[in-house]
Amino acid sequence: MVSVVEMPEKTSQITASGPEVRRGLIEIKQLDFAYGDHQVLHDVTLSIAPRAVTAFIGPSGCGKTTLLRCLNRMNDLIDGARITRGSVEIEGIDINAPGVDVVDLRRRVGMVFQKSNPFPKSIYDNVAYGLRIAGITKRTLIDEAVERSLRSAALWDEVKDRLHVSGYGISGGQQQRLCIARALAVEPEIILMDEPCSALDPIATAKVEELIRQLKQQYTIVIVTHNMQQAGRCSDHTAFFYLGRLIEFDGTAKIFSNPRQRQTEEYITGRFG
Amino acid sequence: MTNVEGMTNDETASNAGSPSSFVIRHSSFGRGRFLEALTFWIFRLATYLILAAATYIFLDIGIKGGRTVFTRTAPFINVAFLSQAPQTLYVFDFAGKKMTLGDREFRDWKSVHPGVEVEATSVAYSAGGIWPCIVGTALLVIGSMALALGIGISSAIYLSEYSRNGPLIRLVRIAILNLAGVPSIVFGLFGFGLFVIFFGWNVSLIAGWFTLGLMVLPAIITASEESLRAVPQGLREGSLALGASKWQTIRKNVLPYALPGILTSSILGIARVAGETAPIMFTAAYAMKDEMPWQVARFTDFFFQGVMALPYHIYVVSSKIPQNEYTERVQYGSAFVFLFLVMLIALTSIVLRERSRSRLSW
Repeated sequence: MVSVVEMPEKTSQITASGPEVRRGLIEIKQLDFAYGDHQVLHDVTLSIAPRAVTAFIGPSGCGKTTLLRCLNRMNDLIDGARITRGSVEIEGIDINAPGVDVVDLRRRVGMVFQKSNPFPKSIYDNVAYGLRIAGITKRTLIDEAVERSLRSAALWDEVKDRLHVSGYGISGGQQQRLCIARALAVEPEIILMDEPCSALDPIATAKVEELIRQLKQQYTIVIVTHNMQQAGRCSDHTAFFYLGRLIEFDGTAKIFSNPRQRQTEEYITGRFG
Repeated sequence: MTNVEGMTNDETASNAGSPSSFVIRHSSFGRGRFLEALTFWIFRLATYLILAAATYIFLDIGIKGGRTVFTRTAPFINVAFLSQAPQTLYVFDFAGKKMTLGDREFRDWKSVHPGVEVEATSVAYSAGGIWPCIVGTALLVIGSMALALGIGISSAIYLSEYSRNGPLIRLVRIAILNLAGVPSIVFGLFGFGLFVIFFGWNVSLIAGWFTLGLMVLPAIITASEESLRAVPQGLREGSLALGASKWQTIRKNVLPYALPGILTSSILGIARVAGETAPIMFTAAYAMKDEMPWQVARFTDFFFQGVMALPYHIYVVSSKIPQNEYTERVQYGSAFVFLFLVMLIALTSIVLRERSRSRLSW
């Protein structure tokens, strides 16, 4: 609970110290990653700026989701998956160091999944889940946080009258925004989104994208997407991956108008991938 | 497509969808068609055979047992049969009438008729009721299921959520499979050797609990593990990503959704525990016991007493006493009550399961 209260101050200090990209909130250094004997990430070095949207793009199987899941150690769940070289640092702390509390890390680095996965509980309980897990029992605090999170996720007006219906009783786009609200409720500093719009129709996608643009004022967002227009519309920085290597990383405008690498250009113009 | 004529019936059927060969044939009684009908009837009869067997068993027990359990006058249920302990039945002729009296009634009768000498045939356990057996079976089921569900669910959680597939875990799985294949009489012998003799628990409830519990353990572990695996991985990841610990995730977001499946598996477990005779005949069951299980001197004696049990009682009255026209009453009466109890337990579990399932869907 204490850490939840202190977090915003801490982030604001860091944002104040660095003007732009250089001093990144997340530093990925020469990262190699393997599933068993199969190496999927090769020497990835990347720094992700705070309070901005960074998009990972690339063809299927290029390792962008794997890299995203390295940022909150979600890969720990997979047998044989491991970092073979390099490190991931968040605010200068190596998150894979032995003493790091992975539970606390995941509370600070929220995640929204490709397939919306509301819990088979009411909308209210879905959003309250993370708070209750964190040991908050006071009803008024939870009520407040649920409303705030649903408002931030632009879902409040649509569900305020049916907070106690199942999370599965709303549309697919609403479900995905519910999952975003659920992630926001625990007040993370970073939000990872793994193709959050891949199962949504254009209208729902537009809503989620609008949400992403608003959320970056308070949160650091990393988004994996297959949809290049989406990366173009809502990200500030874009990283292009191919076959487990980071090919190019730059401002989104630069990547889409004038990429330095030929492969990037070919992918963006749709010649492969 | 062109030589439709040369095709067998099967092939025409599969081609019927394409427009070029859309030919409707009149049904004929060719060889293929006969074979088709024959196979259909074999499968159909095999299925109906089950119905026939089930109907016969239920009707037989229902009719013969119903004569014991129900009465023609109010309250229409034979309360004595359900609430008394088994007694010896005395059959004798007196004043040209055939008398059938239970133990206590016979003594009362003798005190009313002092000095009358009668040649009474005694039939063991065939008078009175089966109340202690019902209680004993209930106690055995509750204890052994608590034990088996506790150990079974815990190890299923470990196997499906925590363990990583190594040689030791493979060995554990093989052990579970083997345990499932052990005949129940071997469990009985094992329980006798370990709990009754080696641990010195004698023939007791607790020895029966452990023996029966171990017997259903594999079924419960396997089914629980399957229900746990059926919970979508997304729910686990979603919970972990919110900063829940592994155990919090399992307790709040996996186990509640696996519980309906686990309950289903315990239905089968309960039926087996209640029904098996072999595991309890050396470890927990008495043929006859005068005190009820709660009539013990000390609290701890409760666990170390043998009990009467329905399946063992049926076994005793069907094979351990000389058979005659008077023994059938208790045999079928017990079977009827037994079947009814198992159905009641199963029904409770089904209702519980449906209740918890109606709240879930993903």
